[in-house]
Amino acid sequence: MQPTRESHSHSWHRSARLLALALSLGAAAAARADLKIEITSGVRDPVPIAIVPFAPSAPADGGLDVAGVVQHDLEGSGRFKGLPRERMPATPTQADQVVGAAWKGAGSDYVVVGRLSTLANGSVAVDFDLVNALTGAKLATQRFVGSTSALRNAAHRVSDVIYQKITGVRGAFATRIAYVEVDGTPPNQRYRLIVADADGANQHLVLESQRPLMSPAWSPDGLWLAYVSFETKHSAVYVQLVRTGERRQVSARAGVNGAPAWSPDGHKLALTLAGTNGNLDIYVLDLDTQTLSKLTDDPAIDTEPAWAADGRSVYFTSDRAGSPQIYQIGVQPGARPKRITFGGTYNARPRMSPDGSLLAMVTLDGSNYRIAVQDTASGAVRILSHGRLDESPSFAPNGATLIYSERDGNRGALATVSTDGLTGLRLNATEGEVQDPAWGPFGP
Amino acid sequence: MSEQVSMRRMMMVLLVAAALSLGACASKKPKFVPAPGPNAADTGAQGSGANGANAGGADEESEGPQGGMLATRLVYFDFDSSEIKGQGTDVVGAHAKYLASHGSARVRLEGHTDERGSREYNIGLGERRAQAVRRALLLQGASEGQISTVSYGEERPAVPGHDEAAWAKNRRVEIVYLTPMPAGAPAAAPKQ
Repeated sequence: MQPTRESHSHSWHRSARLLALALSLGAAAAARADLKIEITSGVRDPVPIAIVPFAPSAPADGGLDVAGVVQHDLEGSGRFKGLPRERMPATPTQADQVVGAAWKGAGSDYVVVGRLSTLANGSVAVDFDLVNALTGAKLATQRFVGSTSALRNAAHRVSDVIYQKITGVRGAFATRIAYVEVDGTPPNQRYRLIVADADGANQHLVLESQRPLMSPAWSPDGLWLAYVSFETKHSAVYVQLVRTGERRQVSARAGVNGAPAWSPDGHKLALTLAGTNGNLDIYVLDLDTQTLSKLTDDPAIDTEPAWAADGRSVYFTSDRAGSPQIYQIGVQPGARPKRITFGGTYNARPRMSPDGSLLAMVTLDGSNYRIAVQDTASGAVRILSHGRLDESPSFAPNGATLIYSERDGNRGALATVSTDGLTGLRLNATEGEVQDPAWGPFGP
Repeated sequence: MSEQVSMRRMMMVLLVAAALSLGACASKKPKFVPAPGPNAADTGAQGSGANGANAGGADEESEGPQGGMLATRLVYFDFDSSEIKGQGTDVVGAHAKYLASHGSARVRLEGHTDERGSREYNIGLGERRAQAVRRALLLQGASEGQISTVSYGEERPAVPGHDEAAWAKNRRVEIVYLTPMPAGAPAAAPKQ
């Protein structure tokens, strides 16, 4: 059934058709189940916290269990342990109803209480308080207001505040990830570019193709995705507005068009081009003027550009010295590349932490490809992942966590690891494979 | 009476379910963007400086020649290598001879790697393999306008599996015949 363009026939038929269409879309969306989270490692002594069910405001709250989403977020970080609901001594929804001793007795250091209310304009308000069970002190009180469909995002914002108050690090729960889902058996596979909440829920199909889709990259404002698509049977780079689906092809030159990376100011894309003769070099495309400038010039493979946070240099992979290693080059004319990695025979796919203190990469560790971080000041390298075929590291915008892809048996899954290596979790697709993740920026 | 109440409750549940499902749709906004035709590849292609054999002309696949070695369209490679060797040498030689004697025949060389290592770096390795086959074809008499290349890296495996047996089948260049150039067409299609 196709939606039609006529706008004035408000017939019952049309409503019925739209409802049927909406329901079938709903069914299709439901068939794509959320990614399933499994915590693979956590800190030895997670912070015990009780997230009490929030007072509902039916029907505007859509039945969403806000406290459940918050508990899921915090436990998923590996740094918190939520108190099971059946062990809660009471169900307060206001800070002044919290009897600290009872919660301390149940083993919780902190208590979160909250309530939902429906405002006159139909939007939903989420009010919550974070209480120290030991002292009774109110550590945070905040309200988030939004539409029913934004309630899940509001719940993630509650998690962000709690995480920051207790750990001192800004939470990144209210952010999104993009990744590629692949199903079918080679050589007949389908590729889908998906955007989801950072916890893998609330999936949104951006693009679907019978040819590969790869290398999604977020614009700094979080509105656009750049990616590579082979839908024309050659590679091309596109930029697409996530909210509307509107897109633009920005590079379909002869040969390879790959590895797009937005400059920090959002006006340029670094990308890899190879031309007819197949020599991969890095270029910078000005998205406003369409002018293209060449950044590297070497007969080796130069690819996987990643901008430094100040936008003055670009890190990239090159095998100019025989094996792939990471280099840095200034964007000013005539700049010469400087080698950054020296350990081992395979260091590729650089990504910089937002504060520039860490370089993440794929490194060959024995016979295993793993995610490592190099301290940019000291050069010390630490291997963070434990898989056999780990790749595509991408920093959370708070710099505390990396998302990457791994192969778990015969399945491609996404995984996260904290940059201190202490906590990790896995996001499994219920069917098909997931790969090539990119963590989006903080929301507005 | 109680039956009426439960009916009403049932209706409410259905309505809420419908509203939820609508809400979920509105928030998900699934957008399918149909793949544009091959002509879309012409936009944004300015300033490449390369007289790309990849642009222009339809990229429709055709059966191509069938007899003997020409029926073989796959060239395999060792790990981390783009050297054509063994049977691959004979396969490439046979196709070079065919292209040299059939000026309107066209091929697309699709380079692939196994799944190990980083994705975009593997695009580079797959391109290196496609270029090795391209150079061998040119050296043996094919002309530039007959050949285009594309690298899929590790994105399009030929076989499933995650061991050396599968990897060996996935490190390959596929020689794909396209519909022949129409008579009188220039050997190298200029970029539009």
